[in-house]
Amino acid sequence: MPGEPLVVGRALTKRFGDFVAVDGIDVEVRPGETFGFLGPNGAGKTSTMRMIGCVSPRSGGDLRVLGMDPATDGPRIRARLGSVPQEDNLDLELSVWDNLMIYGRYFGLPRPVIRERATELLDFFQLAERRDDQVDPLSGGMKRRLTVARGLVNAPDLFLLDEPTTGLDPQARHLLWERLYQLKRRGVTIVLTTHYMDEAEQLCDRLVIMNAGRIVAEGSPRDLIRQHSTREVVELRFLDADEHDRALDRVAGVGERIESLTDRVVIYTHDGDTTVKELAQRGLAAESAYVRRSTLEDVFLRLTGRALEE
Amino acid sequence: MMSIRQRVPGTRRVLERNMLAYRRLWLIFVSGFFEPFLYLLSIGIGVGALVGKIPGPGGKLIDYRDFVAPGLMATAAMNGAIFDTTFMFFIKLKYWKTYDSMLSTPLTNTDVASGEIMWSVLRGGIYAMFFLLVMLLLGLLHSPLAVLALPTALLECWAFAAVGSAASSYMRSYWDFDFINVVLLPSFLFSGTFFPLDRYPGWLEVVVRCTPLYQAVALMRSLVFGHLDVSAAGHVVYLVVMGIVGLSIASRRLGHLLTP
Ligand SMILES: Nc1ncnc2c1ncn2[C@@H]1O[C@H](COP(=O)(O)OP(=O)(O)OP(=O)(O)O)[C@@H](O)[C@H]1O
Ligand SMILES: [Mg+2]
Repeated sequence: MPGEPLVVGRALTKRFGDFVAVDGIDVEVRPGETFGFLGPNGAGKTSTMRMIGCVSPRSGGDLRVLGMDPATDGPRIRARLGSVPQEDNLDLELSVWDNLMIYGRYFGLPRPVIRERATELLDFFQLAERRDDQVDPLSGGMKRRLTVARGLVNAPDLFLLDEPTTGLDPQARHLLWERLYQLKRRGVTIVLTTHYMDEAEQLCDRLVIMNAGRIVAEGSPRDLIRQHSTREVVELRFLDADEHDRALDRVAGVGERIESLTDRVVIYTHDGDTTVKELAQRGLAAESAYVRRSTLEDVFLRLTGRALEE
Repeated sequence: MMSIRQRVPGTRRVLERNMLAYRRLWLIFVSGFFEPFLYLLSIGIGVGALVGKIPGPGGKLIDYRDFVAPGLMATAAMNGAIFDTTFMFFIKLKYWKTYDSMLSTPLTNTDVASGEIMWSVLRGGIYAMFFLLVMLLLGLLHSPLAVLALPTALLECWAFAAVGSAASSYMRSYWDFDFINVVLLPSFLFSGTFFPLDRYPGWLEVVVRCTPLYQAVALMRSLVFGHLDVSAAGHVVYLVVMGIVGLSIASRRLGHLLTP
């Protein structure tokens, strides 16, 4: 990949009092790529995004964004960033249109430029009809779309989105994805967090999985699946908990790895059909046995230990 | 640290945001002026007719309405200055997250603090200007020095806005604003606005002389009557120090609260 990385974090740390929210992570975001942070609630994604967005000072380690140090060049860096925070913070005293106008003014942009961009953004995010409405009565998804649109008013080089599609309907989600592809084609670098594995698989060139403030895996979605999961997965469901528990003894040793979730037993294997046959030979009667390809979700569950806790 | 040259546009953009917001709320803006104006009519002129003459600056006997008007002007300015730096400031800070969105742009917490304070100076200054105009029309200005009442009002607004926003940054909930009212109402009633300080027992007079509003009231009154002495310098220094302390606390607190 050509060019210097746009974000470089080394042993990047965030503490709140004694609590360590981000525990010395190393990250690098390269120009033009779409980079994702995945992780369970409380993993430290937002804390990291806020440090990169220069709205929260780091407590330790080193950070460079667009080649500058957020501690000393915050305003200059932020001038070239777009950010969509996890929680909408639209200006509730202003209309939809004025929200975009004043946000552009905060960047010091001339009004005609903002007007042109705002018109285009409202059209794209299907908010044009609401342009003169106040913000508060908008639906949750509309507010979210407006927050995303606002983040693009300054035509950023680096676009940071913290759970951008949470609360969006499927149509709006695809609209946003489309916009992100467009931006990517124009060479904009994108960093996002998400809880949707399909979103991460679709959008991210590379991603990291965080857990308890640390990075536990890093790579492209395909690499991660290859490294941390098997090719296929067999999911078994049982009528009740007793059946489920009895089956656990019988399946031992089948496939590469077995995980018992509350509602199903998951068997990781290289060849699902063979595994199903083997189960039948052992006389195991599941209510349903379902073979599918491994997904990022399997990697996520394994690495964040979620499956075991449940 | 940012240089002054970089900071001024940031301040102006926060002002611009408030002007946009008040385009819809102009009635609220205008209504802020009426309260002191109604006091002037009812108490200054109505009650004043019953009171007769009382000693003004330099001990000269003056009409009651002439005594009350400069005090009410100082109050008008103060009100304008603290409307948007107390309750509104708190809501924007804690509930609406208005300042968080500003800080994700090139604006800094110093821009936010000085922008909000400048806005309040503007608002209080407009109230003071109209009040001064009313006083002129009613023949309540007795010296050319009265033109200095306007810059004095701006200084007063700045000092009150700075301290108001600093205090509001420590508020934890809506209910805490009762404390601010507990301070404001007595200072409106007893800071020498409605009657001379010699009506108080000695110790209370000293307390009143130390209140912020008293500084502004005394300054306005001596300007309107053209009776300036060294105590005026003391009042000015008081307000300047008050503003500087308030501003530095406010921007430090904003940094602490907004960029944890
Ligand atoms: N301002 C703060 N003060 C104290 N603790 C905080 C603060 N902000 C975050 N934390 C803590 O830091 C940890 C990481 O929080 P963070 O918001 O970064 O998680 P996240 O990965 O974004 O989670 P989610 O998926 O729920 O958004 C949490 O335990 C949280 O309680
Ligand atoms: Mg988060």
